[in-house]
Amino acid sequence: MTTANPTSTKPQSAKSGHAIRPRAKGRPWTFYVLAGFFALYVIALYGPMISIYILSFQDLRGGLVFPMRGVSLHWFDELFSQTRTGDFAGSFRRSIGLAALVTVCTVLFSFMAGLAFRRRFKGDTVVFYLMIASLVAPGLVLGIGIGIGFQLLGIQTSWYTSALGAQLSWTLPFGILVMFAVMSVFNDDWEEAARDLGATRWQTIKMVVLPILAPGLVAVALFGFTLSYDEFARTLQTAGPLNTLPLEIWSMTLNVTSPALYALGTVSTVVSFVVIGLSLTLIGRIRRKRSARVQPDA
Amino acid sequence: MKTGQGSIELAGIGKSYDGETFAVQGINLKIPDGAYCCFLGPSGCGKSTILRMVAGHEDPTEGKILIGGENVVGMAPIERRTAMMFQSYALFPHLSVRDNIAFALRVRGLSKQERYAKADAMIEKVHLGEFANRLPAQLSGGQQQRVALARAAITEPRVLLLDEPLSALDEHLRIKMRDELRRMQQDLGITFIHVTHTQMEAIALADQVVVMDKGVIRQSGTAREIYSAPRDRYVAEFIGGQNVLSGRIDTISGARARMGGASFGEIAIPLPDRHRLAEGQKLDIAIRRDDIDLRPVGDRAGLPDSATSIVGRVTGIEYQGNYVKVQLDAAEDGSFVSFMPERKFYQAGFTVGDAVLAVWEIEHTQLLA
Repeated sequence: MTTANPTSTKPQSAKSGHAIRPRAKGRPWTFYVLAGFFALYVIALYGPMISIYILSFQDLRGGLVFPMRGVSLHWFDELFSQTRTGDFAGSFRRSIGLAALVTVCTVLFSFMAGLAFRRRFKGDTVVFYLMIASLVAPGLVLGIGIGIGFQLLGIQTSWYTSALGAQLSWTLPFGILVMFAVMSVFNDDWEEAARDLGATRWQTIKMVVLPILAPGLVAVALFGFTLSYDEFARTLQTAGPLNTLPLEIWSMTLNVTSPALYALGTVSTVVSFVVIGLSLTLIGRIRRKRSARVQPDA
Repeated sequence: MKTGQGSIELAGIGKSYDGETFAVQGINLKIPDGAYCCFLGPSGCGKSTILRMVAGHEDPTEGKILIGGENVVGMAPIERRTAMMFQSYALFPHLSVRDNIAFALRVRGLSKQERYAKADAMIEKVHLGEFANRLPAQLSGGQQQRVALARAAITEPRVLLLDEPLSALDEHLRIKMRDELRRMQQDLGITFIHVTHTQMEAIALADQVVVMDKGVIRQSGTAREIYSAPRDRYVAEFIGGQNVLSGRIDTISGARARMGGASFGEIAIPLPDRHRLAEGQKLDIAIRRDDIDLRPVGDRAGLPDSATSIVGRVTGIEYQGNYVKVQLDAAEDGSFVSFMPERKFYQAGFTVGDAVLAVWEIEHTQLLA
């Protein structure tokens, strides 16, 4: 091998006679093929979504397809005033409320499970596999099961009881798996050192464990919120008489034929991005706050 | 800051995790107040378990731990007035050097002003003034160790416990920090218990060395006692610098005996005043490697009565600077070694394969239990 010579012919291209010379005549043709393929992929991925966002800004004459007919916020207005388009405002409130509940439960239980699973305990593998099982179980079937279960017990399904439980079966395993990754860099000596220095259990949690794990917990919260906010399969049979946002969108696709549907897509996307943005800012602020203490050595 | 209460007594300490096998058992030991004590042994010998029991992070299954004459079993570390320095240092990664050091004062509810004043005084003491606002991750290994030391010392403990404090450092820094630990201990005037698996560390630092193996104490004494008068074969081999020979007593005459062995023929050994040795008994002995002189085989006839000798073949020569390590095929495992002064070795001019006479003073022999 003549690896020392940068212009030497690479062995695999020696037969063709067309030596690939890195950086000599620009990029090889394969680059352009793959780049084109990637561009198509990106268009297929984001094109429809972006079309929906654009079409949601049409005026009263707007339809479901291009070309754009005027520019206005008419369809957003229609969305918030409960009319024939369905109960957007209500379902949005319920989705946010449910996502908040799910987030709190997920963070709380993931945090405690993360601490608990540092040591082996009786039945730990069983608990772990039960958790993973609820992750791989088909969501729709799980949702139907919970729905039927409630029916058998004669309890009315609703978004804050049965749907909350169904969604937790999805977000908790995720949260706990994220927590395991977070805990893998946690040094148990920190807790013991705090105890050694006279901290009570609660002080140790408050002053040592929580601050160290804070960025990881924000990540778990973000997971919990976004997974819940657009959860469909598990919620379908468990939400009860009042729809969550994804269920409302789904039912709207069946009977609404106006750009209001698109406006709904735009609004819920914005909410998702706001939540992600807030979480990332929070993680960033925790980081910055810590390094801000590092003033220039005076 | 001297409290006069830092004496430690371990009375019949045992620790079992499963109720059947004991990690450590039958530990009886006294450490005087203000001593620098090193627990020395291979990993898994139970030395860290003892340290953690003294620290209050584990409870002994049996026995008592007395600090300053008071049984502290069941008490929290802070009540015992012990402080521990962890092998990983366990510095809180989200807190600055100052906040790390002030942590113990914070949990006691001292105001920010009060605790920073005390922390800053401690920071000066360990020469970390310019790093007070840094995070632990921004410090070198040696600086981190000093923070850990300062954080432990600010609780004004009467006993400081150090778990392998130097193992995370490179060789050069280790020797530097060794001096610093010793100086710190003298400054604070408190009892230090230091756990290590490095013989030289223990010998260089400690007033009292405790050699451990498989959960029991093999020997406890000053560094010099441990090094020059190991009690048994294990201690002699673990501390190093010794040639250990096994043989059988052939004849006893007064204060001397003759001992024979498969690999070395017959040698003379000294007998203590009230020995209980009998002819035919098996025995291990140790002779320090630097007590062994190498001479031409022809010198054997002219040796004084006070010396004894064996004949061996040189199997290896290793230059060490101020001495030369010469290996002979005279012990069972082929590790009979002489540390010969460098000049003397090159005057004699031995090479690998030469038959040589290994000579030592009979009185320099140590009988092992």
